[in-house]
Amino acid sequence: MDVIETDIAIVGAGGAGLRAAIAVAESDPSLSIALISKVYPMRSHTVAAEGGAAGVIKGNDSLDNHFNDTVSGGDWLCDQDAVELFVNTAPVELLQLEHWGCPWSREANGTVAVRPFGGMKIERTWYAADKTGFHILHTLFQTSLKYPSIRRFDEYYSTDLIVEDGRCTGVVAIEMRSGRMVAFRAKAVVIATGGAGRIFPFTTNGAIKTGDGMAMAYRAGVPLKDMEFMQYHPTGLPGTGILITEGSRGEGGILVNKDGYRYLQDYNLGPPDPWPRKKAMELGPRDRLSQAFWHEQQKGRTIKTPHGDVVHLDIRQLGEKMINERLPMVRELALAYVGVDPVHAMIPVRPVVHYTMGGIHTDIDAATPLPGLFAAGECACVSINGANRLGSNSLAEIVVFGARAGRGAAAFAKANSSKANPKPASAGAAAEAAQARLRELFEREGGGDSVSSLRKAMNDTMESGAGIYRTEQTLQETCGILADLRARYRKMPLQDRSNVFNTDLIQALELGCMLDVASAMAQSALQRKESRGSHQRLEYPDRDDANYLKHSMANYRGDAAPSISYRDVVITRSQPAERVYGGAAT
Amino acid sequence: MSEIIMLEVLRYHPETDSAPYFQRYTVPYQDDWVVLDALNHIKDHLDATLSYRWSCHMAVCGSCGMMINGEPKLSCHTFLRDYRGAVIRVEPLDHFPIERDLVIVMDSFMDKLSSVKPWLIPKQDKPPSAGEYLQSPAELGVFHQYTQCINCLLCYAACPQCGLNEDFVGPAALALAHRYNLDSRDGGKDARAEVVASNEGIWECTFVGACSEVCPKHVDPAAAIQQTKISASVDWLKDLLTPGGHR
Repeated sequence: MDVIETDIAIVGAGGAGLRAAIAVAESDPSLSIALISKVYPMRSHTVAAEGGAAGVIKGNDSLDNHFNDTVSGGDWLCDQDAVELFVNTAPVELLQLEHWGCPWSREANGTVAVRPFGGMKIERTWYAADKTGFHILHTLFQTSLKYPSIRRFDEYYSTDLIVEDGRCTGVVAIEMRSGRMVAFRAKAVVIATGGAGRIFPFTTNGAIKTGDGMAMAYRAGVPLKDMEFMQYHPTGLPGTGILITEGSRGEGGILVNKDGYRYLQDYNLGPPDPWPRKKAMELGPRDRLSQAFWHEQQKGRTIKTPHGDVVHLDIRQLGEKMINERLPMVRELALAYVGVDPVHAMIPVRPVVHYTMGGIHTDIDAATPLPGLFAAGECACVSINGANRLGSNSLAEIVVFGARAGRGAAAFAKANSSKANPKPASAGAAAEAAQARLRELFEREGGGDSVSSLRKAMNDTMESGAGIYRTEQTLQETCGILADLRARYRKMPLQDRSNVFNTDLIQALELGCMLDVASAMAQSALQRKESRGSHQRLEYPDRDDANYLKHSMANYRGDAAPSISYRDVVITRSQPAERVYGGAAT
Repeated sequence: MSEIIMLEVLRYHPETDSAPYFQRYTVPYQDDWVVLDALNHIKDHLDATLSYRWSCHMAVCGSCGMMINGEPKLSCHTFLRDYRGAVIRVEPLDHFPIERDLVIVMDSFMDKLSSVKPWLIPKQDKPPSAGEYLQSPAELGVFHQYTQCINCLLCYAACPQCGLNEDFVGPAALALAHRYNLDSRDGGKDARAEVVASNEGIWECTFVGACSEVCPKHVDPAAAIQQTKISASVDWLKDLLTPGGHR
């Protein structure tokens, strides 16, 4: 097997991975960086983020406000030391993006503009029209090109971490254009591979978001934290699941049911007027809005369509000029994919799986419990999002913790350089074992299950059993089906046994990752017998701080279901209280 | 019987095929399906060996550019309903080597993109702690359309010059250089000129304008290149006329 020596290996080249790479390059230009991604950087799913990135910048706001909004928005499951660090650093990182050329939308006086977002008391969401993620990703990618120490390995699919003597010393990957396996031997590794929305059938997430990095870390013994918390975004287009940004409500859009009634007022989010108003009605948090849709559906007040029930998002009152200026992509997407021009008609929308709040357990330095392994972005759980992420916190999170992971990895590599790469000439036993597993997959015979059939079964059971509302029975059923699917997966043959750009192989490996991550989600959900944020159990409707003010830690146990242990939440200055939105919100 | 539609897809596997060939697939017709949905149907139900790139399914990641009935298109943004009753021919993007099936080799583009120095070279350096560079909405408006490029490469497939000269820097990369040159925060025009104003740069463009016509994001690379030509000519003249100004 080919061996590539590098100081730092970064897996994933979206917002967090690119920011990490730049941070390493800036902290020490002599460190070599291998930036490994299964897609070209500009294809990474950061590209699809729309509404904006939160960071306190205006005189009417304060870091305390951002802290309090985030902690209560997360239903007190956030680690408050991490949130504190996050809100303090977000403005610095967003300014850094500005200095790298990010085309932020501007006020008339030339300062960056901010817009209101759900669950945020003050408008603090920086935006670049409604293509903020796209602009952040391209700014970071283009900026990364100026650092000679960043060597990119585009379209390399990482399969395994190399762990030796209790330390992460690299990663094994498949070069997709040739099919050959490569061992990257590194002094430190950063995982920045994004979320796992593709585990569900109806999602805003692109095809690439299959939890690969989460699965790699999990299989290497790093716990996955708070995996039961999956965010449903309240406004996705029926059929495709294409995201319609919360920015459209931030700018004044409203949601109405089949009777034209602003139904959110029935769910502790009203009164409807005055509007727009922060932390109320359509600017409530995503968990509450998606749950309100579910209740409206139960009451028969949603609108039937061939692609499931919908409600209507109405932004007509903004007028054509404002829509073109601030929400141009919303208009284009609605026109193209549902045939609605939002200047003149209401957009059909329904809740859609959007963001994986849980992820690879890290401390506030983005370090995992496995020495030498760091993680940042949606794949990680540094615990700033708790049980419900506020919109626009994740674009800030990728730069804040991406940079931190890069600096942490650089420091680790320098401190441990003498001990690294004990057998630099060979790939090592761990890499050879990874190659043997791949060979076994190629050699499997027979018909039976295919990637698409197992994937569909997984998608279906996750939606029916682990959706917006869950019960003991549905979760038990889902856990059982996942166990069966994992067993069948171990026998599933490839249909394409060739080497060059074998997407049947890549999809098979991605499915394996998703099945492992899905079982962590379902088991964590089954064992959390309370309702908090995005995790709602019908038979346990209340939050239970006495028993569950804790992070779930899913530990990998091979073919068996994961074991779930618990970890205390870090509480510094905000004691758990009731989450209040609508007229009574402060 | 429910309606169907026929796709004729270019297949090529370098390990087994001496030349590309076409394979026909019949897929169910759905009014709101795009060509990518049809390809995914093939992949999932008919032929798992078909290879192509895709991710976002919302015309922003730029992965799924293909020739569809001879025109460069994003397959996630090209609806079956516009081809009803016809055979849809799907091929990899023109002017690039084929890696496999619909997957092109795009190394040359990645090299061209970085060659134009597509990053901000600040006019005046200051640390982030000193706050943002002020930029009025009008100043942003000057370069805003050129920030919209998703690197989907449709313009390279459409540009006749890209077919004739593989070294031509090409529409997307030149438009991106122009984007930074026009940014009020930037002072890097001279640093970019070496590549941008070279023989393989703007002067290779014959102003057919196909790049701008096919751009799914309404970027106008042809205009960027013409503006750059004028600006480069003015700089050249200035240099010529300024005593001691020869570089």
